[in-house]
Amino acid sequence: MAPMTPTELDRILAAHAGREGALLPILHDVQAAFGHVGEETVRAIAAALNLSRAEVHGVVSFYHDFHETPAPRPVIKLCRAESCQARGGEALAATLAGETRVTIEPVYCLGLCSVGPNAMVGDGLHARLNAARLSALVENVALENVAGESRA
Amino acid sequence: MSAVTVRISDDALALACGADAVADAFAAAGCTVIRVSSWGMHWLEPLAEIDGHGFGPLTPGDVGAVLAGTSPLGIGRIVAHPFIARQERLTFARAGKIRPLSLDDYAATGGWIGLERARELGAEATIAEVTRSGLRGRGGAGFPAGIKWTTVAKAPSPRKYVVCNADEGDSGTFADRMVMEGDPYHLIEGMAIAGFAVGAQRGYVYIRSEYPHAIAKMRAAVERAAPIIAPFRIEVRVGAGAYVCGEETSLLNSLEGKRGEVRAKPPLPALEGLFGQPTVVNNVLTLTAVPWIMANGAAHYASVGFGRSRGTMPIQIAGNVRHGGLFEVGFGITLGELVMDIGGGTASGRPVRAVQVGGPLGAYHPPSDFHLPFDYESFAAADALIGHAGITVFDDTVDLSAQARFAMQFCAVESCGKCTPCRIGSTRGVEVLDRIRARTGRVADRVETLPQMHNAKKGARTLSEDIALLTDLCETMKFGSLCALGGFTPYPVLSALRWFPEDFGLPARVQEAAE
Repeated sequence: MAPMTPTELDRILAAHAGREGALLPILHDVQAAFGHVGEETVRAIAAALNLSRAEVHGVVSFYHDFHETPAPRPVIKLCRAESCQARGGEALAATLAGETRVTIEPVYCLGLCSVGPNAMVGDGLHARLNAARLSALVENVALENVAGESRA
Repeated sequence: MSAVTVRISDDALALACGADAVADAFAAAGCTVIRVSSWGMHWLEPLAEIDGHGFGPLTPGDVGAVLAGTSPLGIGRIVAHPFIARQERLTFARAGKIRPLSLDDYAATGGWIGLERARELGAEATIAEVTRSGLRGRGGAGFPAGIKWTTVAKAPSPRKYVVCNADEGDSGTFADRMVMEGDPYHLIEGMAIAGFAVGAQRGYVYIRSEYPHAIAKMRAAVERAAPIIAPFRIEVRVGAGAYVCGEETSLLNSLEGKRGEVRAKPPLPALEGLFGQPTVVNNVLTLTAVPWIMANGAAHYASVGFGRSRGTMPIQIAGNVRHGGLFEVGFGITLGELVMDIGGGTASGRPVRAVQVGGPLGAYHPPSDFHLPFDYESFAAADALIGHAGITVFDDTVDLSAQARFAMQFCAVESCGKCTPCRIGSTRGVEVLDRIRARTGRVADRVETLPQMHNAKKGARTLSEDIALLTDLCETMKFGSLCALGGFTPYPVLSALRWFPEDFGLPARVQEAAE
């Protein structure tokens, strides 16, 4: 994970300077760059946009995409909405109970409702999952994470 | 073999089903691979098209047999396939046929004609044309687009906006995503026409963050099309995982950089919308219907449809269904035709037990509702809604009391918190449904047993009392909530209770001849 250098945050803030309703685009860039939106960052964003810290914190905490602390494990977003439920998604989710190497987050609809159950890792999409395919996906994500950590 | 040209979709659904690996395998076999938009026959993805003939669903291992002409996965000519031949594609006329980001392909298939005609006619005549077409908002509410545009056009302000609602969060819907990934210039043209008609300078497309492929395509398309739509300017903005931001006022707050909380109406966004300025907020499908109307005439568009629902609806057939995908057709087709004839029944091969129409806030329908014609008024009369026209099919393993609980729980998770019936009602709804499902009844708590609580019930609540409480709670949410999230959550709950009482521990409905 990139260290939270002030220059990187300054660059993000400068890129959005003068934009209408700049807070969400800024938070997306911060979340992408640092993996979370920390307290110091909230302070800096509030100062740059002439908002109170409470206002920025309110926005960060409202949206599911922004996190105040970095995710401890790699995340697999598994769709839990109706269309995936109709195709056996809940039984599939149950097979991952007790999985500790990755975090399974619910997501409500990936727009692939005719070929579920579906999952998303980063921007990568996975459709027509069954227990075997999902377990292979978990295995891959967990292995990549271990490989990434040993490189770092 | 001389170079064979193979057309494969690069739509997110095709990619999720492994289209890239299939495309690579064709390329490795010496073929010329062209990445195109999706035909919308999702059960056949990844679908390869060679000389108009389709093959699918393919894996890289099938490529050899397809090229040798021995593959059993051929479906014949794609345009002659019943799923495609039965459709009336106006909005999705280019589906499967163009390279999504090619300006040449777009112009060669009638692109920009609608915008040119609007500029020739002038702003007022453009709005009149849209009004005459009978086009209604495709986001769910079905409000006449021409009337909304007229309000914005007449509002006195030097600064106006066009906002495209592409926060397609309903499960069972993917038409907006397919437009943005397969035909992005079409949406841009629709927005440019809207901007010209109402006198707006800027447009925003608000896309949910769960659609990274649509975001990338729209961003690229907006950049390439900028000189064509100038002086109108469009910018893509990305949501942040809040379902409620699909509600128009909440979306506007989100665009302004605020919490996505719902605003009370009035003032209408048409008069005081984005940054307090007059704003057209339209769904992707509403805006993409406009270029066709402008190019081919309002009368032609209005000649298709049923009752007061004019034109076509891109219907999305999803869930446990054999032939899922995008089916665009004039209003008036029956629900049964969509689920059984076109969808082919369930993918699991079991009987269809329930069909949810209109996303998480839509009603559950039993097969006895299959006679309903697909239009706004017929569904409203049956205590239901068509919403964004997503159909989710369930087989006979579904427990409708679990689905009702999910509806309440989803509302509790996604509620913006602005109004009490939605914020608290949804959580109380989950609790009541948990008791109903566990058949435990509710014992009086400490406060209720105090001697001064004369009117509080001292014994356990019975099942029928809990059901009455749930119905009452739904009534409160329906009429007391600020927006459709709290206001429509009762639709799935009450329809499940009405049609499938046996799942709630009540006696099953007696089959009525007149039902």
